[in-house]
Order: sequence, then structure tokens, then C-alpha cells
Amino acid sequence: MPSLNMIQALNSGIDTAMSADPNVLSFGQDTGYFGGVFRVTDGLQRKHGLTRSFDAPIAEGGIVATAIGMAVYGLRPCVEIQFADYIYPGYDQLVSEAAKIRYRSGGEFTTPITVRTPYGGGIFGGQTHSQSPESLFTHIAGLKTVVPSNPYDAKGMLLAAIADDDPVLFFEPKRIYNGPFDGWHDRPVKPWAGHELAEVPEGSYTVPLGQARTMREGSDLTVLAYGTMVWVSLAAAEEAGVDAEVIDLRSLVPLDIDAIVASVKKTGRCVVVHEAPRTSGYGAELSALVQERCFHHLEAPIQRVTGWDTPYPHAFEWEYFPGPKRVAEAMRRAMEG
Amino acid sequence: MPDGSIPPQDRPNAPKLSLHIPEPAGRPGDAPDFSALPLSPAGAAPRPAVEAAARDTHGLAYDLIRVLDETGQAVGPWNPRLDPDHLRRGLQAMILTRAFDDRMHRAHRQGKTSFYMKCTGEEAIAIAQAMVLTREDMTFPTYRQQGILIARGYPLATMMNQIYSNASDPILGRQLPIMYSSKEFGFFTISGNLGTQYPQAVGWAMASAYKGDDRIAAAYIGDGATAEGDFHNALTFAAVYRAPVILNIVNNQWAISTFSGMAGGGLTTFAAKGIAYGLPTLRVDGNDFLAVTAATQWAEQRARSNLGATVIEFVSYRAAQHSTSDDPSRYRPADEFDNFPLGDPIARLRQHLTGLGEWDDERQAAAEAEAVEQVRAAGREAEAVGTLGQSRPSVKTMFEDVYAGDDWRIREQRQEVGV
Repeated sequence: MPSLNMIQALNSGIDTAMSADPNVLSFGQDTGYFGGVFRVTDGLQRKHGLTRSFDAPIAEGGIVATAIGMAVYGLRPCVEIQFADYIYPGYDQLVSEAAKIRYRSGGEFTTPITVRTPYGGGIFGGQTHSQSPESLFTHIAGLKTVVPSNPYDAKGMLLAAIADDDPVLFFEPKRIYNGPFDGWHDRPVKPWAGHELAEVPEGSYTVPLGQARTMREGSDLTVLAYGTMVWVSLAAAEEAGVDAEVIDLRSLVPLDIDAIVASVKKTGRCVVVHEAPRTSGYGAELSALVQERCFHHLEAPIQRVTGWDTPYPHAFEWEYFPGPKRVAEAMRRAMEG
Repeated sequence: MPDGSIPPQDRPNAPKLSLHIPEPAGRPGDAPDFSALPLSPAGAAPRPAVEAAARDTHGLAYDLIRVLDETGQAVGPWNPRLDPDHLRRGLQAMILTRAFDDRMHRAHRQGKTSFYMKCTGEEAIAIAQAMVLTREDMTFPTYRQQGILIARGYPLATMMNQIYSNASDPILGRQLPIMYSSKEFGFFTISGNLGTQYPQAVGWAMASAYKGDDRIAAAYIGDGATAEGDFHNALTFAAVYRAPVILNIVNNQWAISTFSGMAGGGLTTFAAKGIAYGLPTLRVDGNDFLAVTAATQWAEQRARSNLGATVIEFVSYRAAQHSTSDDPSRYRPADEFDNFPLGDPIARLRQHLTGLGEWDDERQAAAEAEAVEQVRAAGREAEAVGTLGQSRPSVKTMFEDVYAGDDWRIREQRQEVGV
């Protein structure tokens, strides 16, 4: 089985979907001839032709809107928003339209679109290339929001998203495109090659949306994380010397609530980790859910480790980014509480 | 100053900058004034070949394509030479639409529903277009194209069921009254968010082209909403990808209380906005059924011939209030519609048909009576199900159609409501 990085796995996912279904097409800024600024759509135009993988004008609202219209027609567009930081011009079309068309038409019109977008920090991208806006979408009834953390899931989840009959926001943690960066920024990052989750099957398979993956079993506490923070949390558990159960949520909506509840009831302690700012972040929802469903099993207050409530700064990347030290401290607090 | 510029205190005679806020020609109590509205005589605007280059149509963004002259005769190169049956069906659909609007407006006053929007004065645009396009094409309407459904014979009682949010509402009481949806009738679900449907129509048309089909899309937007970014996105994508779509701008002069000048209407025509995108542009008398038909046929042929999109501005007038929540006597002269230079689309088509010897007062009276009776019968049918609050879909449907499949949150919340 080939060992692929996340970019190659995503590329293989789109390629597989396009090969299997002529109604699948891909477009976005720089995604056609050039193959995307991160190379995720590399080679698709050469292989599938100009009309199935092409460039779009610099108009995120237009990209999302035309994808909606195509989906209403019966296509399954998979579009790229070059950075999640640029998704806001498309937000109205996602929130007011894609999310509501099935409901408001009594199920008559549907919008099976997949919106891929690289997100997250750790790349010295400043405020316009580092944001994690996932909670702006998890709040919206009618949208699905998913975040893979490794090449195997990236391909399987992308194929599931494209096949899904609802609009899916597919957030790609760009810091781990090339290797499972664990937040120790002063240490070399291992590439994906050789990693067991980089063994990506050829052809079609899906990772169902709504199923968490337990990345590490443990008995001391439960960590709820997604994207790059999965790898940071694993490193933090080692740093803290805590027998953490690290759950990669993979899908925020739909959420695998059963996996979360089972784990927290087992460990009695919970740490929630994400890159996005704390206030109204997805961690707030996770914290509320755990409190509502596991209160009598909790031995300590739920800890949240997040980005700060500031814009993402360029010069203070590692003070902002929730690294393994901060996550390890939260683990220790959770153990003391 | 060190950089060589003169500080403000040293140039006392320089004019002070002043901020310009556009104002309409008339407010309540003023005489209506349409002198700023560019008009052309009927028959004067040239008709380029359907294959014409976009730039060869751009003069038409400043002309006004009109077929019916002051006496009701069809003149000039845009005369679509429709057979009298077609014209009569169009007239009847317009009469029926007006009767439906009047009835539902009254139903709102009687407390039978929460909201209504009439299209009085604009009937020709939706109806003439619906009669050119097919049901396999997709219209992406605003809330003032109910004429499309009526022209296509959509059941009036079903429209009323939607307006009443009753147990037979096809969209299950989920939308404000008049936000219809019908895939079968080529009528995309109406959004109350202005302009969003415009670039969606372009995407739909791109999909038809992608599949190698022959279906086209027609999108509608008001003069006011052309100020939205979605309008710009739609024209950019339509031009770049040569999408088979008709991009209609219904300029009815008023966006609630805001006159078209606040969307830049006094600076150029709305049709002219298409020029910068390299799209063919037509400016059309929207109250002239024949001109609307002819322009639509021209754009339709272009779209079906793989020549791409056309921008059409239909000049019309919103004769009624914006909605039942609005009172136009507070912001515009009361008799503007009576003085609107393009008149009433029903009166003008009636005059034309009468001139042809294909219509008369007796037939007009019969058509009006027939329309009222059709609406009344539909009203009885819908009210038998129930008006707003008397009847509604089952509460559990509130929790359906959010996603294609089951969602545990929604399941739990439905159980919390106990349904």
C-alpha cells in the first residue's frame, strides 16, 4: 500500500471521486492548470479535462453560489477556498442558502457540495493564513463540518463528504499536510512516509462522517481534539506523563457523542483542545455536552486549551498556538482537580 | 509644507468637499416626475442578430426596446409576431395574477395570513418569460415573480396553502408566505435574502452546459439588490464561463422606500452594468408584453446556441406597496403609477389585442370574472384546509429535512418537544 502525505491522499480522494462519478467536478482559485497553491488538485485537469477541474475567479461568494446552483442541478461539486481565512465572502451563501435549501423547499431541492479549505496555524501565516473558523459553521443547522487529521482519514472522509447529500465544510489542517506536526516547533517534523495512517489504499473507500477515532487509549483523562491538535495532544500526554485517552473527533457535525460520553465516563476527566479562539469556540459546545451528559462522572473541571481571543499574530506564533506544553499543563490541572 | 503641499488654512477659497446623498424626483405631495427616465419611441431600438457580438448590443443598454406604440400597435424590428392565442393566454394569466394578488392582499387584511406581496404593474415580465421558457428550464425568482407559476398552471390552491402555512403547504410551513418552491414547475425555492439566487442560477446553467444538456436558467433580481456583491459575482461567472442564463433585472423603481438612484440608477442604466463584464445587454419596456417576449426569445436563443448569458433590464414600476408591512404613501407621490410613462401592462396588451380585433370589452369582463371565480374556488379549497393558525403541518415536521439522514441532536430535541 502506498505511503501518502495528506496532500497526496486528498488528491487521490478527489481523483477517485471524479473517476467514479462524472457528476463530480473540482474548481477554485488556482486549482485548475496549476493544481492549487498546496497542490491538492495537481494533475486533475490533465487527467479529467478542462471542464472538470478548472480555475475560478477570486470571488469566494461566487464559487460557493455557483457550486450550490450546480448541486441543485444534480452535480456534486468539490470546491476549494484557498485559505479558510478567505471563506467569509462565501459565508452568506453557505449559511443562508446551502444550509437551508433542503429545509425551506420541503426537501425538493438539495445542495450536496463539498467545500474544502486549508485552515489552522503553525505556519507563520499571520492573521490571514492561520485562522480556524470551524465554529462559525458548526453553529449552522444544515451544514456538516469535518476535520481529518491524517492521510488515511483525509481521503476516506473526502470521499464520504463528496458522496454526502448535504453540504460539507471540509477543513484541512494545513500544518500537518506533510507530516504529523506535534507542536514541538523546535524539533524536526517527521514526514508522513512510513506512518501507519499514511498507508492509503488506492481506489475508493470511505470513512463515515460522524465517527470519532480513538488515537490512544488511556485511563487518566479524555482529550477531545481534531486536526493538528490531535498530534499535539498525543505529544502533550507524553510530556505530562499522563495516561490520556486521545479522541480524534474527525467530524464536529455530526458529532460522535457516544464515543465522547463513553470515554469521559471511563476516565472522569476531560481536556478539550482546539486552535480557534476560546470564546464561542467548538470547545464550548464540547464542554457543555460533557457537563450535561457526564457530570456525575467528572472528577475535575473540564479544561479548555485554545487559541487566544485575539487575532492570529505573526510574530507570536508559538505563544498563540496551543502547543504541547500548554496542553500538558491542562492535563496536569485536570489530574489535580 | 516639507512635501510641497499647501496646508488647508492657506487655501481659503478652495471648495469644501460635500457628501452627495441621492434623492428621488418626488416625495409625498409632489407631482410625479419621470423626466430622468430614459425612454425611446416604440420600434426605434435596433434588433441585432442573435449571434451578434456583445459589444454590438451595448447601445441597447441605453435605448429602451419597445414594441407597442401609444395606440397599441406592434411596431419595429423587435415585434415577436405572436399569434393571438399566445397573446390571449398571456393576458389571461396577467388578469388571473392580478386577481390572485387582490384576493390574497384582502386575505391578509382579514387576518388569514401574516404577510403578502403583490406584483401589480410587473405581471408582464414573469408571465411573458414563463411562456418563452419551458418547465425544464429553471427560473430563480425573487418574491415578485408569482406570475411564472400562474402562467404555467400551478394550482392556485397550493399557492394559498403555502401562504396560509396550513397542513397542505408543500413546504410544510417553513417559509414566510409567498416564498414558493416547485421543481416540477421550474421554479427554484425563493430566498428572502436578496440577490443570493442570482449567482446560483449561473451555477445551475453552468451545470447544464457541463452535462451537455439544453436547459437554460433565468434569474431575477430587483434594481435595489443589484448593489449586492452577488450581482457582481453572477455577472463575472456568467461571462467567464459563458453560462446559458438570462440575467433579468426588474427595475421597478423602488426598493421598499429606497428609490433606484440609491443603487446607482440615476448615474447609468441597470442594463449598462452588464457592459463592463462583456455581456450582451438589453434595456426593455417591462410593461410591454411583446417587448418582454421578444427580448426573452433573443436571450433564450443565444443561451441555447452556446453563446452564453444576456443581461436584460426590464423597466417597470412597483404599483403596490412593497409588502403588506409597507405604506408607500409615506415616501413617494401617491399617483406615480398613474403617471408612469410605460403604463399598465394589462391595459396595454388589452389595447393591442382589441386593435387586432382579437379582444373586446365583453371578453375582458368575462376574463376578469372568470379569474375572480378561479381564485374564489381555489380560496374555498385552501380555506377548507385552513388559514394561518387554523391548520398547520404536524409539529414533528419542524425537525425534518435539516439533513438527508438522521441527526441525534435533532432527534433528541424533537423528543424534548414531545413529538
